[in-house]
Amino acid sequence: MMLEIFQYGFMQRAFITGLFIALITPAIGVIVVLRGLSMIGDSLSHSSLAGVAAGLIAGINPVAGAVTFSVLAALGIERVRKSFPQYSEIAIAVIMSTGIGLAGVLSGYVKSSVDFNSFLFGSIVAISNFELIFVIILSIIVILFMILLYKELFYITFDEESARLSGIPVNTINFIFTIMIAVSISVSSRTVGTLVVSSMMVLPVASALQIAKSYRQTYVYSMILGLVSTFSGLYISYYAETAPGGTIVLVNVLILVIILIYKNVIKVLMVKNAAGCGEK
Amino acid sequence: MANVIEVKNLRFGYSEKLTIKDVSFSVEKGDYLGIIGPNGSGKSTLIKLMLGILHPQAGEIRILGENINQFRKWDKIGYVSQKANAYKTAFPATVEEIVGANLFSRIGLFKRIGKKHREMIYNALELVGMQDYGKSMIGNLSGGQQQRVFIARVLVSEPEIIFLDEPAVGIDVKSEEELYCLLARLNRDLGITIVMVTHDISAVTVHANKLACMGDKSLTIHNPREEDAKKYISELYGYEVNLHIHEHNCENVQKGGGE
Repeated sequence: MMLEIFQYGFMQRAFITGLFIALITPAIGVIVVLRGLSMIGDSLSHSSLAGVAAGLIAGINPVAGAVTFSVLAALGIERVRKSFPQYSEIAIAVIMSTGIGLAGVLSGYVKSSVDFNSFLFGSIVAISNFELIFVIILSIIVILFMILLYKELFYITFDEESARLSGIPVNTINFIFTIMIAVSISVSSRTVGTLVVSSMMVLPVASALQIAKSYRQTYVYSMILGLVSTFSGLYISYYAETAPGGTIVLVNVLILVIILIYKNVIKVLMVKNAAGCGEK
Repeated sequence: MANVIEVKNLRFGYSEKLTIKDVSFSVEKGDYLGIIGPNGSGKSTLIKLMLGILHPQAGEIRILGENINQFRKWDKIGYVSQKANAYKTAFPATVEEIVGANLFSRIGLFKRIGKKHREMIYNALELVGMQDYGKSMIGNLSGGQQQRVFIARVLVSEPEIIFLDEPAVGIDVKSEEELYCLLARLNRDLGITIVMVTHDISAVTVHANKLACMGDKSLTIHNPREEDAKKYISELYGYEVNLHIHEHNCENVQKGGGE
């Protein structure tokens, strides 16, 4: 009964896609959050939406359009960021506004609003075999880069100037990472939806930051929480007949709330214990 | 002694107005150079030029015999910046992870930290008395301890020169004293050349063997033990400076990280 869900091909594809998305979004998200760029997900996903619209209008694969627009938007953010070194969120806002504006205008020319809406809210249970392979290949590329550049990305994120001085090719690695963010977001947008992809990138990391005792742990916990929330979200959405993307995000929020309550309860108990010891 | 830093006819300005004009000096191996001067005199700018972070409009900088533009021996120099003590203290990283970061370019792309590198990390932490804090999160340490971790991060790659830009900003008096004694010990026992920008005139006049006074876009090198030190420092800052030079008794200063 409990495993009935896996009998259907579309749910198998949903779980396999979810597995990869759940790994790449927090892996990218750790770096994004620690660089103080949490909103970059929203900015790029809205730009990828413009790419979807452009793809649908031009008659090419909308995912390819999303990847192209997202990469261009990510490079745009890096460029605008240099003009506002102290206020990197301005760059994110500028590109997000451009993305929303373009998506809004271009969507007016899209003939099939069903296709466009499926990107807005995702269609993880309507993934085709081609899209599944596309997601898997791109996700493996992202995971490989994240593993191979793990230590360099850590140093650059912690202290870019010192990383540069220690001889790390900062510009090259930042460029590769920018492409990785864009690819991850556009691929994830297709499956979980433009409106929730940013949450999937940030929420598992926010929870991990509450419990991790090192950078490595932050990474591992983020990915575990990403997997737990995606799988349980998909499972719940199937039986509760809710939207998969939204359910995954709500599970993530629930995990964060539980962790925050648990930490606060522990803190209060510790204070009480300490006060009790002091009275003796 | 060989020159490890040579600066010739250096000119630099952030705009058309020059901050540094025709500055020339050299630093020998094992020197402890203190750079002092009023705010805006170009001290931090000079360090950034020597490190290749900024590029001069004219002049030449040679570090360890190589022009800074072609410099590749990055593991031979270390830099502890002004902001290090305030830097991302909530960052979820352990002391071990942060110190190991300076070995990454030596380890190479796509490779991982091994047992040998872990030993190097703990040797560096021992030099600054922080060997018991390897697994601690950086954010749980005091300002003074954090600054020692950043010095260990520099030491792990066994540098020949360490550049420091006001390393004692934001840390308490005791930690400051320990920091200066640590730097003096690294200079004396390991022969590491120290180049430090500071406002703590007392500390540099005690520990440094050369004093670079920056003001009016130029730089002059003095011996801080000279009898007329008070006179030229007063001239530099434009008001009567009273030097309360007291011996920093580093033997009594605790080496460990206990705070």
